[in-house]
Amino acid sequence: MSGKQAARLKYACDMDKSVLLNNFEARGWIPVGPDDDWQFYWANVQSVRNVFSVDSGYRLQDDQVINHFPNHMELTRKDLMVKNIKRYRKELDKDNNPLAEKDDTGRFIHLDFIPHTYTLPADYNLFVEEFRKNPNTTWIMKPSGKARGIGIFLVNKLSQLKKWSRDSKTSNFVPPTSKDTYVISKYIDNPLLIGGKKFDLRLYVLVTTFRPLKCYMYKLGFSRFCTVKYNANVNELDNMFVHLTNVSIQKTGNDYNAVHGGKWTTQNLRLYLESTRGKEITDKLFDEIDWLIVHTLKAVAGVISNDRHCFECYGWDIIIDDNLKPWLIEVNASPSLTSTTSSDRIMKYKLINDVINIVIPPGEQPDVRWNKTAGKENLGNFYVLYDEDLAQSDPVALDPKMKLGTGPVRGGLRETKGRPSPATWK
Amino acid sequence: MESHFSPGYVQNLLQSLKSSKIYTDLHNAAQTEVSKTSVRVSELKKGVQSGLAASGWERKLRNEIYQYLLSHPVSSHPQATPAEHIKEPLLYLRKAQQAWEKRILKSLNSMCTELNIPLARKRPEKEQKELAGRWTELGIDGPDLTQIRPVYAPKDFLEVIMCLQNPNYNAGDSSGTYTLWGLVQLPLKLSSINRLRLLYSDMAINQCQTGVDDSSDIPADMFDSDRVKLGKKVLQAEHSPIAQEYAKKGCPVSLREDLWSQILGINVDEFDVLYYEQLKANVIAHDLLVDSLLYKDVKLTATNDDQYFVFEDFLYQILLPFTRDTEVLSHFARNSASPPKSYIRGKLGDENFSVVYPPNGVIPFHGFAMYVAPLCYLYKEPVKLYYAFRAIYTRFFFRLHSISSHTQGIVCLSLLFENLLQTHEAELFFYLKSVGCQPLKIAFKWLVRAFSGYLSSDQVLLLWDRILAYNSLEILSVLAVSIFSFRKTNLLKVQSYNAAEAVLADLTTLQVIPLIQLSLFSK
Repeated sequence: MSGKQAARLKYACDMDKSVLLNNFEARGWIPVGPDDDWQFYWANVQSVRNVFSVDSGYRLQDDQVINHFPNHMELTRKDLMVKNIKRYRKELDKDNNPLAEKDDTGRFIHLDFIPHTYTLPADYNLFVEEFRKNPNTTWIMKPSGKARGIGIFLVNKLSQLKKWSRDSKTSNFVPPTSKDTYVISKYIDNPLLIGGKKFDLRLYVLVTTFRPLKCYMYKLGFSRFCTVKYNANVNELDNMFVHLTNVSIQKTGNDYNAVHGGKWTTQNLRLYLESTRGKEITDKLFDEIDWLIVHTLKAVAGVISNDRHCFECYGWDIIIDDNLKPWLIEVNASPSLTSTTSSDRIMKYKLINDVINIVIPPGEQPDVRWNKTAGKENLGNFYVLYDEDLAQSDPVALDPKMKLGTGPVRGGLRETKGRPSPATWK
Repeated sequence: MESHFSPGYVQNLLQSLKSSKIYTDLHNAAQTEVSKTSVRVSELKKGVQSGLAASGWERKLRNEIYQYLLSHPVSSHPQATPAEHIKEPLLYLRKAQQAWEKRILKSLNSMCTELNIPLARKRPEKEQKELAGRWTELGIDGPDLTQIRPVYAPKDFLEVIMCLQNPNYNAGDSSGTYTLWGLVQLPLKLSSINRLRLLYSDMAINQCQTGVDDSSDIPADMFDSDRVKLGKKVLQAEHSPIAQEYAKKGCPVSLREDLWSQILGINVDEFDVLYYEQLKANVIAHDLLVDSLLYKDVKLTATNDDQYFVFEDFLYQILLPFTRDTEVLSHFARNSASPPKSYIRGKLGDENFSVVYPPNGVIPFHGFAMYVAPLCYLYKEPVKLYYAFRAIYTRFFFRLHSISSHTQGIVCLSLLFENLLQTHEAELFFYLKSVGCQPLKIAFKWLVRAFSGYLSSDQVLLLWDRILAYNSLEILSVLAVSIFSFRKTNLLKVQSYNAAEAVLADLTTLQVIPLIQLSLFSK
C-alpha cells in the first residue's frame, strides 16, 4: 500500500528532548522555527499562551496541530480542577442523575474521587470549620500553579497556616493573584503500601477533542515508589522523601536507584494485586480509575475551549488507598519527558510515537476538520477510554449504572476487561 | 491389601506423625468427639472415627501423610539402604560434594580472617533494641558491605561440575573421541524426551492452559471463567493431591496463593507465628557473618531488579530468620550436601564443641535471594511468605546447588539440557560449540535460579506452578532448550560467545508455556 508513505511534515518543538526529536526524525519530518509555517508544534505552555493570546493575531491554519488546549489550566491547575469537579457533581445532583447517587452519610458513591479540598485564601474560613471538626487529621498544602512537588508541605496544626488567616482578616481586600493561591486537601494517610512502601500511579491520557469527548488511555503507565519506608508518624511530616512520590524529589534521596528509578510497570502492580487481593477487586479498582478520568474530563469539557487544532497528552497522578480506592491527585499538562532509566526512555518514546499516530494518521497530512476517530491500527499502546461519538450512537450504553457491569459494550468505553495484553516497555 | 510400602517405611511414617503436631491435635479432637452425646459406648471406635472424618480431620491427616510421602521417597532396598545412600548413592559424587563443601567453608573462613569479622557474635543490648525497632525497614542502613563478597556464584559451581569424572568409567580412548559433547562428562540416568512427554502430558497443545488460554484477547468464557470456578471448588476440598493435580494446567493468578499453600501443606497457626517470632528474636540477638552475605546478595540482585526492588525489606525478613531455622536441617537427610560445621573458638577439631554454621546449614551463594523474590508477589505478609519459601526450598530448590546423581539435581538437569539440545537442535548445538560457546555456560545460571530474575515475574510464577504440580524440576531443562530453539535464527548468526550471550540476555518478553509446549509436543 504505497499510500502509507510518510508525509514529510514541518514541525516545531520547544523542548530539547530526545524522545520527541527521535520520533520526528524517524518520520523524516523537517524542523522549523515556531514562527515559521509549521504543521506540528510540540510547544511548552508559555508558547501556547502566546499562540492563543488575543493580541498575537495568530491564526492557525487547517493543517496545523498543537499539543495544548488554550485553557488547559481548567484541568491542570489544582484549584480550577477542584472547582470544576465540584460544579460537575452539583449539576448531576441537581438533575437527579443516578451517577450522583449518595450513601447514608451523604458522600457520593460514584463521584467521590477527590479528597476534601479547599482553595486558600478564598475558602479559609470553610476550611477552618472542617478542620475544627476533625482536629487530628493531616492536610496537604499545594501551590495551585506549581509542579514537580515544589512548594508542597504537610499541615496538622492551624498555626501552620497563620499567613492565610491574617490575609483573610485584613480589611483591605487584596484579591490574591493566581501565583499565591494554594489548595489544601485532606491527606490520604492510609495509602496502599507494597513491600511497606508508598507509591502513586502515573497514567497518560491523550485527549483529541473535548466536545465530543475522545480520550485514550496509555497501557504502559507506571507506579512510582517512595525510596524511604512510609511512616505515618507525625514527626515524619517534614520528611518529604516519605510522603511525596515525585521522581524529582525521590531522585535526590540516598536510596534512589538509577537502574529501575523506583518505578514499577502497571503489569507488576496488577499481578501483585490480583495475587494478593483477588481478581474482582483488582478489576474494580482499574475500572474505577478509568471512570475517574472520564468524569474529570467531562467535568471540564464544558469550559475548555475546544479548539480543533489542539490535542493534549496529560499525565494523571492517582493514589490508591488500602481499601483499593483510587484518588485523583492532579493532572499535568506537560508530563515529564525526561527519562530516568532506559526502560523509561523506551516507554516515553513509544508514548510520543503512538500520540503522533493517533493525532495525525500515519501517511496523511494533518487536517483539523477530520472527525478525529482514530483507526484501531493506529492506537499502538493506547486503548480507547471514552469516545462520545460512539457512546451517543449506542443507546444501551447510555445507562450510567453499567459502569461496573461486565457487559461487553459500555458506550465507547474500552471493551476488553481483565488484564491488558502483555504490552511491555521493551 | 497389598502395599508397596515396606513395614519399615510405614513404621517411620507413624513415628513421624506421632511426633508432629497433628498427633496432639487429633488426640484433642478425638476427646471432643468422645464427649459428644451422639457417640455410643458400644460403638466407641466407629463413632469417634466417623465424627473425626465428618469434621474434616480425615482430610487433614491425609494431607499430612501426603506431604510425608512427597518428601520421603520409597527407596529400592527397604531394609538395607544406609543413610548416606539416601543422600547420594554414588560414592564419587558424595566425595565430590564433600570436597566442594570444604572449599566453600574454607572460603568463608578466610573471608572472616581477612576482614577480621567473627562468624557469629552476640549483639549488645543497645544494638538489639535498635534492630528490633527497624525490623521492617532493614533495607536502609544495613551493615557495611564494601568488603563482603559472595562466597561463590553459579559460574564457580559450574566449573566444579565440569571437572567431575566417574572413576569407574573408562572409555578406553585417550583421544577423547568418546567423551560427551557438552560440559558435563558424567554418565547419569536421565529422562528421555518420551518420558518427559508422558510426564507433562497435561501440558499438551490440545489442552487449555493457564498462561496460554487465559490471556485477555481470548474471551473469558472459553477457558478462564470455568477454570476459576473449578479452582474455587478445588480449594474448598482442601486436599493437597487434588490441588496439585489441578495445578498441572497452571494456577489462575487470584487463586495461586491458596493453591500453593495447599500443595505445599502450609497452614499457619499461632504456633507457626510463635516459631517465626522466635527465629526473629534469634536474628536480633546474634549477628552472623552469613547475614552480611545475604544483605550483599539482596543488594546485588533484587534491589536492582525492576520487578522485585519493591520487596527488598521483605527479603531480609525472610532470609535472616531462615538462617536460624534448625528445622531446615531435617532436609539434609535427602540432600547430598551436609550442613557445614564450625568450632567454638579455641576448640578446633573437638567434636564436642562443633556447631552447625549457619544454624540451618545452608550457606547462601550469589543469587540465593532470588529464590524468595517471586513469592513476594503472592504473600503480602512475612510469616506465611516465610513458610512458603521454606517449604519450596526444602522440597525443590536445595537440589539446584548441590552435587548429586538425583534426576532432579542440578547435575542431571544440566546434562538433560545438553542431551535434549544435542538431540533436537543438533545443528544449533554444534554451531555454537564451533564458535566457542558451550550452551550450558549460558543456560546454567537460568537453571540454578529456576529462572527467577531472568523471566518476567508472571512467567516465573507460571513456571513454578508446573514445578509444584508435576513435582519435578526437569521442566527447567525443557524450557532452557526451548529458549535456545526459539532464538535459533539469531543464534546461528553469532560469531562469538559474547554475541551468543547478548542474544539470550533479555528473556523478559518470553511466554514460557507456549515455548514449552512447542518444545515437547510439536516435533
